[in-house]
Amino acid sequence: MEKIQEYIHKLAPKAQFEEGGKYTTAIVEANDLRKVAAGLKEKGFDYLMCLTGMDNQDSFGVIYHISSSKEKKEVIVLKTNTTNREEPTIPTVSDIWEIANYYEREAYDFYGIIFVGHPDMRRLFLREDWVGYPFRKDFVADESINPIPTKVPEPDDYETVPSYTINKDGKLERKVKSLFENKDCIVNIGPQHPSTHGVLHLRTKLEGEIIKKIDPQFGYIHRGIEKMCESMTYPQMLYLTERLDYLCGTMNRHALCMCVEKAAGIEVPARAQYIRTIFDELTRIASHLIGWACMCNDMGSITAFIYGMRDREKIMDIYEETAGGRLMVNYYVVGGVAQDIHPNFVNRVKEFIPYMRKMLKEYHILFTGNPIAAGRMKDSGFLTKEQAVALGVTGPSGRASGWSCDVRKIEPYAAYDKVKFDEITYNEMMSKGGNDYGRDNVLLGGTFARYMVRLVEIEESLRIIEQLIDNIPEGDFRAKVPAIIKLPAGEYYQRVENARGDFSVYIKSTGDKNPYRVKFRSPCLSLVTALDPMCRDQKIADLIMISGSLDYVIPCIDR
Amino acid sequence: MEVKDIKIKSMKTEDFKDNEYLEKYIEELQKEGLNIVTEKLDDLINWGRSNSVWPFTFATSCCGIEFMCVAAARHDFARFGWEVTRNSPRQADVIFVSGTITYKMAPVLKRLYDQMAEPKYVIAVGGCSISGGPFKESYHVVNGVDKIIPVDVYVPGCPPRPEAMLYGMMQLQRKIKLENFFKLPKRPNISNGKTEEGGTK
Repeated sequence: MEKIQEYIHKLAPKAQFEEGGKYTTAIVEANDLRKVAAGLKEKGFDYLMCLTGMDNQDSFGVIYHISSSKEKKEVIVLKTNTTNREEPTIPTVSDIWEIANYYEREAYDFYGIIFVGHPDMRRLFLREDWVGYPFRKDFVADESINPIPTKVPEPDDYETVPSYTINKDGKLERKVKSLFENKDCIVNIGPQHPSTHGVLHLRTKLEGEIIKKIDPQFGYIHRGIEKMCESMTYPQMLYLTERLDYLCGTMNRHALCMCVEKAAGIEVPARAQYIRTIFDELTRIASHLIGWACMCNDMGSITAFIYGMRDREKIMDIYEETAGGRLMVNYYVVGGVAQDIHPNFVNRVKEFIPYMRKMLKEYHILFTGNPIAAGRMKDSGFLTKEQAVALGVTGPSGRASGWSCDVRKIEPYAAYDKVKFDEITYNEMMSKGGNDYGRDNVLLGGTFARYMVRLVEIEESLRIIEQLIDNIPEGDFRAKVPAIIKLPAGEYYQRVENARGDFSVYIKSTGDKNPYRVKFRSPCLSLVTALDPMCRDQKIADLIMISGSLDYVIPCIDR
Repeated sequence: MEVKDIKIKSMKTEDFKDNEYLEKYIEELQKEGLNIVTEKLDDLINWGRSNSVWPFTFATSCCGIEFMCVAAARHDFARFGWEVTRNSPRQADVIFVSGTITYKMAPVLKRLYDQMAEPKYVIAVGGCSISGGPFKESYHVVNGVDKIIPVDVYVPGCPPRPEAMLYGMMQLQRKIKLENFFKLPKRPNISNGKTEEGGTK
């Protein structure tokens, strides 16, 4: 760790280091940012996990959480800020980490921070005609300034791409270009489309039926959750996390619970840890089942959809008995879980495990082994490991490209360090069942690989549950928590592995009962941005299948 | 006045709530007098219409998953004749607004609604589309879809259980069964929360 500090110090002598945090934290001046960033990238820090904008009242800041695809446990936090509130500028890192392209657009959208040198400074979520920057502390939501729009934007509004440079006099210069040319054939897929898994809008440039470029438009379900969290207490925030990515609600909630617990120094009883792990894995199975069902449905197999949904209902029943909720389980609370498990819980889960194993075999017979399905999935949607890392594509999709990025292994939480399980990367998947469908069909980083990783992960989740279900320790299911939870001033970051990848929560607290800033790192944003490199020169009909294999959830992106 | 028994399989009129609303509606219809020929014809047409309502595949967030559950094996809304979900608004009879409607989505939803052919119905599913729900305080959320489009049935919940959705569907079926097909009420035009023409909500 000290080596890294020395290294940063050498690159930027003015850099300061913060003590006491979970990760190495360096504060660099905006002018030195690009130097340090490029230096870190050279050192192997190639995965930009999270980029957070921040309004410090007197200045605007940006926080970068950077990790490495090789030294997975290493995380470095870079901070920089600008005191100019009228025209805040910060140099871009979009050429160093590809995903910063989108992250910086988000920071611009929320805070109005202009990233100098960024090729595409459009808003990411809000409409171009939106007045003001909603996450600034002095923003006032007023319907007379921003009324409910009545017209859909013109195509030009989507395509005019501004970029900023600093000229010789030190002034900001704005240049505008068009994303597409007039002669281009653009097909709008979405925002209302049955197979975009939510309200995603893809502007797709076609030549014949070959895709040449995809420009995703977000924000159709931007609900301002992070901003709302700033005026809520911590237990209130929990309910919004489940509505981010409703298919892995419990895991998102787990992330926030852990973040608050660790910050407030609350010890979670072992019983709650075990229950949480079992629930997380059940949710993972339910989520993968929907992912599988919808992907097959997108490819035209409605039987598979019905099968997947039918088996998911079994998990919903288990939830319902214990927690009372179906889709929104609302079960985790700060300090443990809301109530003890139902007496039937253990038996129900034990019945479910062999049932699911049997059904998985049936899925393979029904769909995986189908030559038409295999033929379609075989040669499409390739994503190399380098691309996956650069775009931050984690979860099953990243692992299918051969990147081992399972947070359960990197930073074990809850009861994951007490169980034996394998991380399902491409190689692991091939040795565990992918091989049955042929070395020629399941190719590294392809659609079929992502499909198979998900199904094999279901088996692995069953294995985890099997190890835990008989050993749930006796004791409290919930620790004693103060009635009003106040976090000590500071910054907290917690990662979990949800069904789509690395989901993280960042909280900045000033010691109050409300957070000062909350940021959720959505794994799905990376998945959608990966569509462009994956679908280039593929047929448009395959776009739907490829997006199905990525299994993203749009409200998680838009937040 | 009692509600005339609107036949829904295995459900009695007393089993339903909100019967007053339908009573009022019947009163309104009877004011203008009834024509015995068209009434009988109405009954026949409405019997067909109410048992083949085709929903539009539209979902913005969480409630969409419960909508999928209603469509899938266990709850199976095919039992009510709703099974053909249409991907084009032109072919759909009812739109389930399942999920939050944001400012950016509002004009899109309005356009989709306008594209649907008459007679068309709207079911607002879940807290978000009824009033903004948990996101009421947000700067970017429309607090209730009835600010943009007229709504026939509200199904509360966050998200509503599939059973609740089925109940909402049956309520809509009951409404359809009462309607005067040859003199369908004009749907009000709503923009920014204001109704422009007198509607029959």
